[in-house]
Amino acid sequence: MIKNLYSSKGFIYLACLALISLTSCKNNEKSEDGEMNSNSKLALSDNNADLTLPDGFGVVKVADSVGAARHLAVTADGSIYVNLNQRKDGNGILYIQDTDGDGVADSTKGFADYGGTGIYLSDQYLYASSDQEIFRYKLDENQKLSNATTPDTLVTGLINRRQHASKSITLDDAGNIYVNIGAYSNSCQQQDRTPGSQGMQPCPILDSAGGIWRFNADKLKQSYGDGTRYATGLRNVVGLDWNKQNNKLFVMQHGRDQLHTLFPDLYDEKASATLPAETMYMLNEGDDAGWPYIYYDQQKNKKILAPEYGGDGEKTGAENAIDPVVAFPGHIAPNALLFYTGDMFPEKYKNGAFIAFHGSWNRAPEEQEGFMVAFVPFKNGEPSGDYEVFADGFAGMEKVESPGDAAHRPTGLAQGPDGSLYVSDDAGGSIYRIVYNN
Amino acid sequence: MIKNRLFKPFIFVFILLSFIAINSCDNSKKKENSKSEIQVQQSKPKTAESNEPIPEYMGAGKSVYTQNCLVCHQSTGTGVPGLNPPLKKTPYVLEDKQRLIGIILNGSNDGLVVNGSTYSNAMPAFAMLSDQDVANVTSYIRNSFGNKAEPITENEVKEYRATLE
Repeated sequence: MIKNLYSSKGFIYLACLALISLTSCKNNEKSEDGEMNSNSKLALSDNNADLTLPDGFGVVKVADSVGAARHLAVTADGSIYVNLNQRKDGNGILYIQDTDGDGVADSTKGFADYGGTGIYLSDQYLYASSDQEIFRYKLDENQKLSNATTPDTLVTGLINRRQHASKSITLDDAGNIYVNIGAYSNSCQQQDRTPGSQGMQPCPILDSAGGIWRFNADKLKQSYGDGTRYATGLRNVVGLDWNKQNNKLFVMQHGRDQLHTLFPDLYDEKASATLPAETMYMLNEGDDAGWPYIYYDQQKNKKILAPEYGGDGEKTGAENAIDPVVAFPGHIAPNALLFYTGDMFPEKYKNGAFIAFHGSWNRAPEEQEGFMVAFVPFKNGEPSGDYEVFADGFAGMEKVESPGDAAHRPTGLAQGPDGSLYVSDDAGGSIYRIVYNN
Repeated sequence: MIKNRLFKPFIFVFILLSFIAINSCDNSKKKENSKSEIQVQQSKPKTAESNEPIPEYMGAGKSVYTQNCLVCHQSTGTGVPGLNPPLKKTPYVLEDKQRLIGIILNGSNDGLVVNGSTYSNAMPAFAMLSDQDVANVTSYIRNSFGNKAEPITENEVKEYRATLE
């Protein structure tokens, strides 16, 4: 009998057994972890997909190499819509499904003949943006598209001059859609990004860009004349979300670049790598955040007059402009904002803000930083503590000399029906699902 | 009883399988090692070449680059994905000298497409740089980041600039 087992048939049989038992061991471990949270079938990554997270959190790598994944939204059944910056295989938006409940994508379908950034999901509609338009797709009872080829055009003709062209979107509960229109300029100089060139006074860009515009979420073919400039003086916003606790729009601004290259007598490389802050603003209708006339210095906690407008790094300016509610380190590029309303994460995260930082380039020749997701605790719609790094390690290396080296760059955030936090990445095309285990 | 009978061969097979797996990993490492050895050998003649005096434009061009170009195009010459185009191994840098001088003196805001990717930031004009500085920096980027192309002379910049006036 024992001899028989060593025969070739027996060998294969045993090899199979060995493999099966190894696999089942792994599954057992997973289900033990998961049972505490009913994530029983989730294929959690052994090493958190190379991310570092606070204790008790785990990661499911939902998908990989899907394309330049920008913002994303998750349906009630856990399916994902993600907007791609550039079309892949002809499709600008992907619909990703997990059919067997392990959290990993099993089916990916594509539609939309445009690339873009913004996406927003309601029970009835999927809203998505190209770099100059906002579209709306009717959804069926399973939040699937009933017609992928002829969406409604809600807004058209928004300025797209390549620089800061992405149009992020969010909705309030009163039937309005908000869209950022980034300034096609760094600091509204007469010659953009040209050393010594002075700022235009007043900055003509602000009439059609450099702010947040509000449109009717249920009216077709709107353009500037139909909308309202809700807030101005915002250089470029990519991350924005509506806070349902205090009913306000919050936005993340990308601060200006190149203080040293443009004004080498006023700023050295170190100051230029540090300043100005990336800023979070709470907006009311009519607010002005001060771009291009000032920038926010997170060390002085002041609005400093921009050098293009007579500033010297010390003089303050634009006293009527609002102050940020949170100031982050410079140049790390906040690309998504999400207020967490789920029940899965520990209590401190409830109603707090997650921010996906894309990582810097403008710190060169200093090391690049900020390829991470940060968290800011909130109470009653106001920040109640300092920001902390929540998920890090996306770059896949200790020191990042140039952002093109980073393996992954956080770009979008979404909350799943169970309270999981989804993070998209437009460098490696990954979609991560962060869950809390115990 | 059945358990006992299966147990011993199970361990044997498991050890055997593990051994095969470990071994095959080792092999792939060895292959990589031997590859890099070959590469080292091949690169020896190049090391000898680098003993030749470094052209003056490399040092002078680097300081122009550091002040004016580095933050956007990066110390690696790889640019920034989606924003600022790479200088490394691109036709804009390596091919037509006139076109390259033109981009530096006139700037560029065309949504440049390089190797299939679009870059959105505008490049400002650097007309304030002297002919010598433009010659140095263009020669430097044509011979850095793995690039190798004929340097550009001050006279070539001067001639191009004359066509603009």
